[in-house]
Amino acid sequence: MAPVATPFFFYMLAGLAVLSGLAVITRRNAVHSALALIVTLLSVAGLYLMLYAPFVAGVQIIVYAGGIMVLFLFVIMLVNIERSSKERRFNRIWPVGLAAACALLALFVFAFAKGRALFPDRMMTLPESSNTQQIATMLYGDAGRMGQYTFAFEIASLLLLVAILGAVIMTKKKI
Amino acid sequence: MPNFIMSYLGSTVTPGEAGNQFWALMYVLIIFAGVSVAVICMNWIERKALAHFQVRLGPMRVGPHGLLQPIADALKLMLKEDIIPAEADQFVFWVAPLIGLLTAFTVYTVIPFGPSQAVSDMNIGILFMLGVSSLGVLGIVVAGWASNSHYPLIGALRSSAQMVSYEVAMGLAVVSAILMTSLNEKGTGTLSMIGIVQAQQQQGVWFIFKFFPLGLIAFVIFAIAMIAETNRAPFDLAEAESELTAGYHTEYSGLRWSLFMLAEYAAMIAVSSIAVTLWLGGWMRPFPNLLRAPAWDFIFSLFPGLTFLGLAAITFLGVARMPAHSFFKIQRIGLAVFAALLGFLALLLLVIAIAGRSADTSLAARFREGIDYVYWFVFKVAVFMYLFIWYRATWPRYRFDQLMRVGWKVLLPISLGVLMVTAIVGVIVS
Repeated sequence: MAPVATPFFFYMLAGLAVLSGLAVITRRNAVHSALALIVTLLSVAGLYLMLYAPFVAGVQIIVYAGGIMVLFLFVIMLVNIERSSKERRFNRIWPVGLAAACALLALFVFAFAKGRALFPDRMMTLPESSNTQQIATMLYGDAGRMGQYTFAFEIASLLLLVAILGAVIMTKKKI
Repeated sequence: MPNFIMSYLGSTVTPGEAGNQFWALMYVLIIFAGVSVAVICMNWIERKALAHFQVRLGPMRVGPHGLLQPIADALKLMLKEDIIPAEADQFVFWVAPLIGLLTAFTVYTVIPFGPSQAVSDMNIGILFMLGVSSLGVLGIVVAGWASNSHYPLIGALRSSAQMVSYEVAMGLAVVSAILMTSLNEKGTGTLSMIGIVQAQQQQGVWFIFKFFPLGLIAFVIFAIAMIAETNRAPFDLAEAESELTAGYHTEYSGLRWSLFMLAEYAAMIAVSSIAVTLWLGGWMRPFPNLLRAPAWDFIFSLFPGLTFLGLAAITFLGVARMPAHSFFKIQRIGLAVFAALLGFLALLLLVIAIAGRSADTSLAARFREGIDYVYWFVFKVAVFMYLFIWYRATWPRYRFDQLMRVGWKVLLPISLGVLMVTAIVGVIVS
């Protein structure tokens, strides 16, 4: 179906993402920050949906908003919030953060200025109904052929496996 | 306007696909109302059934056989004082029940009550459902934390640990069902809820019976994990009343508490719908391929009307068995009116079934088809809802370490094994 009210939803989601992103770093209470981060992640998922990438949006909700943020909240509840909220907020790494933010801003300005040259001149029409299948073909290949990203994907899965094993070994004294 | 409405009624796609915002909104309102009514019914049935399991009568005072009890409860909860503890985090305390409610109701956008009886048919349907329903735990965790009290915090920690662990086994069981959808000539499966049911129709078998023990095992794993996901007995450690008073909603009262209950029951219906869609053929009537003749279609389309006729008969029996004392006069009249209402509904459904028996594309035939689909879907979900009550009445609560052991050391390895064997068998078969 044809998209409805696209600019409205884009500005709403983008604005929500920015505002809640600001709330993440300005709230003193860690749980409030975590909740704001969830809103950010969900609005980014909405932006993925607007880019005709429903699979990425779904995975974003499951993995980040559903999985990782629950663990975040779980850990925040176990640590002592009383003490951490009294600590000084901006410690000495702020120049590094400022430099990184400036570099990112410069990148965005550059992309915005050179926008026409960097991006295709018209919007690609992606069939949203086969998005998941396209991702599968890229990752796993088509009938006998290796996909575009099969190797990188498998290497990444190996990395994750090592991380899982490492976590198990670190927490378990005797195996 | 009437033209606009009528033009959609003949459509064979969901309003989301047709891009029809008016009908999408209509569907959303119908589903919202339907689920709320279902929760009210479930509330009454649960109290009645639990009471009968324990050889009690259950609610009997408000209305005949306590039929008006849920409405009285709702009124009471709305009028009750809404207490926010002084030391609680006001904003988070306020927002927590809404998170639970929002996630529980959002998943209904993709539940297919029929091939075109859904708000929308998403390409990532099942992924969306799992993702959004996994957000429901946030409401519980945050509620427990915001109450700033010991019992709710422990309840919230327990429930988050429990839901995160059971989600893993649940997801793997779902994947093995999705694998089965790819056993067609094209070799590509689907994540769309409607597509999954259609795949079962094409292959001529509900996925619970596919590759015989495999589908059944995956289904059983899902059925266990979904009880843990919705925090119901015997996995209701998050609200274990013997240890934690009421768990995460100990500090909640009045309307906010009722929102938690509404979210819990809505989530129960939602996960039951996932199970029905993935393994029990969704909206399909029994034997849609084997008994394909139009005569069978007609016979099965009489079921909705006959169900309501049966309910009306039971209610009339209740009227007849009322004590003859004048004290019960008003109750008797009320119950008789209710029975007449049920009988009228039954008559209406039977008339539609008979008027729409020809397999053409007339409005009556389309209407009859739609009622059939919704009826069979709701019937299957209702069986699950009864099972939830039955479990609660039958099994004692697990201890927390037992719960974790079952989740990680029993369900997870079995579901992994089932997934692998399903994949191997699927490759051999195709």
